[in-house]
Amino acid sequence: MSSPDLTLLQPVLSKFAPQGRTALLPALHAAQDLYGYIPEPVAKEIAHALRIPLADVFGVLEFYALFHTEPVGKIIIHVCNDPACALAGADAVLKQLSRHAEYALETGEPVSVTVEQAPCLGLCDHAPALLVQNLPATASPEITWQELVAKTGRRPQTHVDGDLRLLTKRCGRGQTTSLDAYLADGGYTALKKALTMSSASVIEEIKASGLVGRGGAAFPTGLKWESAAQAKGSPKYVVCNADEAEPGTFKDRVLIEDDPHQILEGMIIAAYAIGAEKGYFYIRGEYLSAYHAIQRAVEEAHAANLLGTHILGSDFSFDVEIRRGAGAYVCGEETALFESIEGKRGFPRVKPPFPTTHGLFGKPTVINNVETLANVPLILHLGAEEYRKIGTEKSPGPKLFCLSGDVRQPGLYEVPFGVTLRHLIFDLGGGLRSDIPFQAALIGGAAGTFATPEHLDTPLSFEGLRATGLTLGSGVITVFDAQRDLRDVLFRLARFFAEESCGKCYPCQIGTQRQYEILARLRNGQVLPGDIERLQDVGWTMTDASLCGLGQTAASAILSALKYWPHLFQPAQPT
Amino acid sequence: MLTPERIVSTVCPFCGVGCNLELHVRDGFIYKVTSPFESVVNHGNLCVKGRFGYDFIYNPQRVTVPLIRKTPQRPGERTQAFDLSEWREVSWDEALDYVADRLVEIYRREGSHAMAVYCCAKATNEDNYLLQKMFRALFRTNNVDHCTRLCHAASVVALQMAIGSAAMSNTAAEVIENDVFILTGSNPTENHPIIALQMKAAVRKHGAKLIVVDPRRIEMVDYATLYLPIKPGTDVPVFSAMAHVILKEGLYNRQFIAERTENFDAFAASMEKFTPEYAESISGVDRNLIIEAARLYATAKNAAIYWALGIPESSHGVANALSLINLALLTGHIGRRGTGLNPLRGQNNVQGASDSGAMPWHYPGYQRVDVEQNARRWEQAWHIEPGGLSRELGLTTTEILSSVGQGGVRALYIMGENPMMSEPNLNHTRKKMQELEFLVAQDLFINESGAFADVFLPAASWAEKEGTFTNTDRRVQRVRQVIPPRGQSRPDWEIICDLAKRIEKRLGRPQTAYWDYRHPSEVLEEMGRYVPEYAGVTYERLEREGGLQTPVWDHQHPGTPFLFADTFPRGRGKFHPLEYAPNAEMPDEDYPFVLSTGRVLEHWHGGTLTRHSWLDDLFPEPLVDIHPGDAARLGIQDGDAVRVTSRRGSIVLRAHITPKTNPGVVFIPFHFREAAANLLTHDILDPQAKIPEYKAAVVRVTKARPEELGARAEPQVRGRY
Amino acid sequence: MESSPVSLTIDGRTIQASPDMTILEAAQQIGIEIPTICYHEHCTANALCRICVVEVSNARALVPACIATVQEGMEVQTHSERVHRARRTILEMLHSSVDLSEAPEILAMARNYNADPQRFPDAWRREPPVIDDNPMYIRDYAKCILCWRCVQVCAEDAQYTYAINFSGRGYETQISTFFHHPMPETTCVFCGQCVGVCPTGALKPKREWLLEQGYAPEVIMNLTRSERRGKKRRANLAV
Repeated sequence: MSSPDLTLLQPVLSKFAPQGRTALLPALHAAQDLYGYIPEPVAKEIAHALRIPLADVFGVLEFYALFHTEPVGKIIIHVCNDPACALAGADAVLKQLSRHAEYALETGEPVSVTVEQAPCLGLCDHAPALLVQNLPATASPEITWQELVAKTGRRPQTHVDGDLRLLTKRCGRGQTTSLDAYLADGGYTALKKALTMSSASVIEEIKASGLVGRGGAAFPTGLKWESAAQAKGSPKYVVCNADEAEPGTFKDRVLIEDDPHQILEGMIIAAYAIGAEKGYFYIRGEYLSAYHAIQRAVEEAHAANLLGTHILGSDFSFDVEIRRGAGAYVCGEETALFESIEGKRGFPRVKPPFPTTHGLFGKPTVINNVETLANVPLILHLGAEEYRKIGTEKSPGPKLFCLSGDVRQPGLYEVPFGVTLRHLIFDLGGGLRSDIPFQAALIGGAAGTFATPEHLDTPLSFEGLRATGLTLGSGVITVFDAQRDLRDVLFRLARFFAEESCGKCYPCQIGTQRQYEILARLRNGQVLPGDIERLQDVGWTMTDASLCGLGQTAASAILSALKYWPHLFQPAQPT
Repeated sequence: MLTPERIVSTVCPFCGVGCNLELHVRDGFIYKVTSPFESVVNHGNLCVKGRFGYDFIYNPQRVTVPLIRKTPQRPGERTQAFDLSEWREVSWDEALDYVADRLVEIYRREGSHAMAVYCCAKATNEDNYLLQKMFRALFRTNNVDHCTRLCHAASVVALQMAIGSAAMSNTAAEVIENDVFILTGSNPTENHPIIALQMKAAVRKHGAKLIVVDPRRIEMVDYATLYLPIKPGTDVPVFSAMAHVILKEGLYNRQFIAERTENFDAFAASMEKFTPEYAESISGVDRNLIIEAARLYATAKNAAIYWALGIPESSHGVANALSLINLALLTGHIGRRGTGLNPLRGQNNVQGASDSGAMPWHYPGYQRVDVEQNARRWEQAWHIEPGGLSRELGLTTTEILSSVGQGGVRALYIMGENPMMSEPNLNHTRKKMQELEFLVAQDLFINESGAFADVFLPAASWAEKEGTFTNTDRRVQRVRQVIPPRGQSRPDWEIICDLAKRIEKRLGRPQTAYWDYRHPSEVLEEMGRYVPEYAGVTYERLEREGGLQTPVWDHQHPGTPFLFADTFPRGRGKFHPLEYAPNAEMPDEDYPFVLSTGRVLEHWHGGTLTRHSWLDDLFPEPLVDIHPGDAARLGIQDGDAVRVTSRRGSIVLRAHITPKTNPGVVFIPFHFREAAANLLTHDILDPQAKIPEYKAAVVRVTKARPEELGARAEPQVRGRY
Repeated sequence: MESSPVSLTIDGRTIQASPDMTILEAAQQIGIEIPTICYHEHCTANALCRICVVEVSNARALVPACIATVQEGMEVQTHSERVHRARRTILEMLHSSVDLSEAPEILAMARNYNADPQRFPDAWRREPPVIDDNPMYIRDYAKCILCWRCVQVCAEDAQYTYAINFSGRGYETQISTFFHHPMPETTCVFCGQCVGVCPTGALKPKREWLLEQGYAPEVIMNLTRSERRGKKRRANLAV
């Protein structure tokens, strides 16, 4: 292996060295774009330039799945293997492509290919989903990789529909809404309005609207902003959490790809409200198309004085830096996300203290989900009172749901809170795609719980779901028809958590592994006596004692399956 | 899993930090070292030497039986015998009788001035007290010294001149209370590792601002707010320029100066010429850095100065140290917690050896030998007739060696030292060692000096005896016996008493000076009767209270974490006017580089201990640090063999290209006999302190052939350099 | 600066504690022992082993006592059923992952909580070979419980040397050097701070390890440099 040409790296080093450690992930991404992977001498140079200890840089390289320390093929294909794609035949695709890749190497064809199994890519509506060179593609079991490579460049277009089209007004048209188009449609008037109000009034309006976080934790947004606004310490930060990686979720991807300015406007208003001058847009590494979309939007906003100093001639200055993740579901956890921006392994922090007082770089930070921020301009347009007329009293506003799996029409649906599950699946989603009846739906992704036929009339609101013991999560619904073996689904969910656990706290580090082993046995019909008790002990320990939300929800789907289908966990009858 | 039979608490034998160790023993084998996290000295942290470097105790080359040279050695023709085949194993009786015979014979024939002893900064207070007692009481000579002469002698002289003390004024751990601290002529990462940790914590966790003033870009520069890269030997202009700025900008502490100092006007006048511009022209340091450093230090609430041997090891070492003391007096950053004048002492017990009187001009407790009252006191203590003790100032280590020969020193007793590696200008040292008439070495290994000896007396290691060490912040701590002395080795203090009795018998003195101690605690007790600073230090208190920081005036006194709260020992602190003097040699065309010498983390001084330890695996061969720019000009690459030559000698070793030194400065550690750095150094001395200029010889560096390296260990790839 | 004490109850007993105290410290004050594994007074608390979790009223999840500070009116249960289930399961999971034979405190804890060391048959254990790459200490990560202490004392908790960090993620996490280089090639200065805080014997002085392997002290002290580095086989030496 010849040593890499380090002169190529100089511009990267010059650019990032002044920023120090926080620039580590951007520097590694840039280096990987240059060399195809991160050779050891390159890692060393980056460490020296950014003044980071060598061992720490290695620790970061090892943590994030998208960074390679060994040479990889010139073409990299990621094949999703999580439940929704599995339903669509992802295993066969993986096998087929791997075979072809081997064959290509054998015949000595000039292009080298690496095929990797990946966790949910956020393309669940285009199952079985792939990334080819980090750009999305769909496949079928017969496809060859040459065909795949040729097909990339055209974005898969998501089906967007629903009872409302407020958040998704400009989505689903197969194109990114430019700044001009956004402005023409009334965009940034909410910002203009906010700039005429005091920060405190803006916060009051958000509080009054009842908006709660749309990423799964459902914390009242107005309270969060207020806490950060009042916190001591500066500078303050606004962070947009675009690290959407929950299996089955793609709503944020659609919003970013189709209507990035809506989110940006929400961010700017948030910054104004809390007194922040700097913001970060942290987008998952696998969302390369969406990254390009938000990049263009930020450039457009700069050019139009919507970002930068003295926004629209006011005293308010705010700028946004986009940061790419590098393949770690746990970095969707807010404090792990901060660690990632700070150039470290994505280990969640202990809370308290909370981000509003000690967040990014230890400073007061508001971190919001993409969909949450998209609601902000809407609230300022309509006013809190009008906004509250949508949805239910305890769950106001519109909600985006991602429908995938065995439905006729997978896609993104915008509905008011309170519609039933039945309405979503059967009215909007077109029902089951074949005549096989409905078995179950996984609500909330891998971290969610199963809904059975008796839950079909549950209203999709916080209070409605809580009453039936289900959780909303971020709005993911994956549908399984009656002939699906749920043991396979559970196996994949367990594998997902085992692979994504950060490894910091014992309950999750070991528990996800043990859970995975038991479910692997289950899938193969090799249940052992005591496995149910093991699953319960491990599951409840993770739920009760884990350090962060990943561990705390790693068993929720499995525990809910245990509750509804205990027979699944008995040794299989020989067929 | 092993369980220890015994865990014994003791103190590390290596550096002056004095870390607390717990040695775990099974079957007489120390297999593990831990450290209590509650230790106020080091909080459970150790360095590689303390943690793993005790294994020299068990090295197969250790000598544990008394030896006498087979071939009698004659002055002028003395040779080195490393091989045991050149020595005869004898009994203790035979060895000690022989030593007594020869020493007494020379003393009777030549007189006191022919007798000299090197005490040992690694041995205990009790060992040192007794050895200086022996030579002073029995041979009536003050030719008693130890390696502090080569180390902090100039700091001690300067401190005594200015404030009347000779020790670090504050406690090392107080660095976390500094708002600003100056680190100069010191590389604590290598030489006081635990203090380096505390300094890093002070900067990173407690907001302290660090100013580094050093001719090398040491690791602590990474933590520094300001770095002043001075040319070697230009400390006086730089620190005096800081004083100049402080005076000009009125940042000095008027009240402190009025109440606690004297000679301010003369000093202020002499600082006039030290403008920042002038200092820049001499030292190469940007004048603005000097100004900023002055302001930072003067306006801090609590500021301290830490220094090691870059300051004293100079032909104007006393002046260097005075320039620092002037700054502290000028700003009042002394006499309070979190401030101070803090020379970091190197050896584990150099403070104690000095306290115990292993000094040519001082009895124990820094009582001058030429003051009648002091001499009378010790004559009483040691049952000597009035007028018996010499009132003449004795010779220092380098002077002892220089005067070897006819009419000079003829008999030398070396306890645990290695002048053949640690004295400057080793070619000259060798010549002088060869001219000795009689040489005794009391040590663990036959080192380069002991190889010249007539008699080798095997001493017990620190883990094989009881005693006390006094560390750099004046903390007296107990050294405890962990295992019995190996082979026939004996604790130093026992050897000395045994020998002293034999000498006394031959000398026929009417009264014995007293040597019948049953236990080292009695030795310390005797010392404490005549040294007020140790009056309250007893083994019983040390057992109960852990360490005690001197002065401990009586049995109730709790010890003194920081000094000079109310007054200085000499009353008022004295300012000293200063002049700039260049180094003895300045770089020129023939010798364009300045050579600085010092230590590395893994090794200790002459290498007697550490080159007989697994520590040597980590740093197996000598390296010369060369700046990348200089190396490029010379066409030298990392790892190349190079020859370094001074006016006095020449050595061949491997080049280590590193930005940790500065252009024009090269650095060689002095531990390696195969390329002894002190072959190159200058034996010019500071006129007042008699300390050599180890930090500024001039050399040239040329490429050498790889064969010239001879049989060296293969280079160890280390990431820490 | 708030310094007025807070009042809370622990296991039904009401106490006053200063507001910056952790639940662990407050419990210790009244003689209630809460077990800990990763916690060390010399190191920054990370609350990652979760063995010290306690039940706190109004908290949905269990709370780590080593890091959570006391609050006015807090009600703490240090030994509820939820707490015991979590602790027992964590100990069983530890047993199933690594070699705890030289961690007597953890073994005793496991016995106290009736943890079954064999609870997880077919568990994939972490069993990497011993790393013997320097003359001072060995790394036996088959015993490593990933308590983070070694990484922390090598970083800001003591040494500021940063020679070690992590490789892998999740269950496969291991302590590692930059690109797995042998320890002497890293910034390691062999201070042994890491050895001093390791709770399971994963880090051990070389000579102690050699003694355990059965080498006599004289043999150990006569090893040549290559033999010390582990390069040459020591197989032909008397054991």
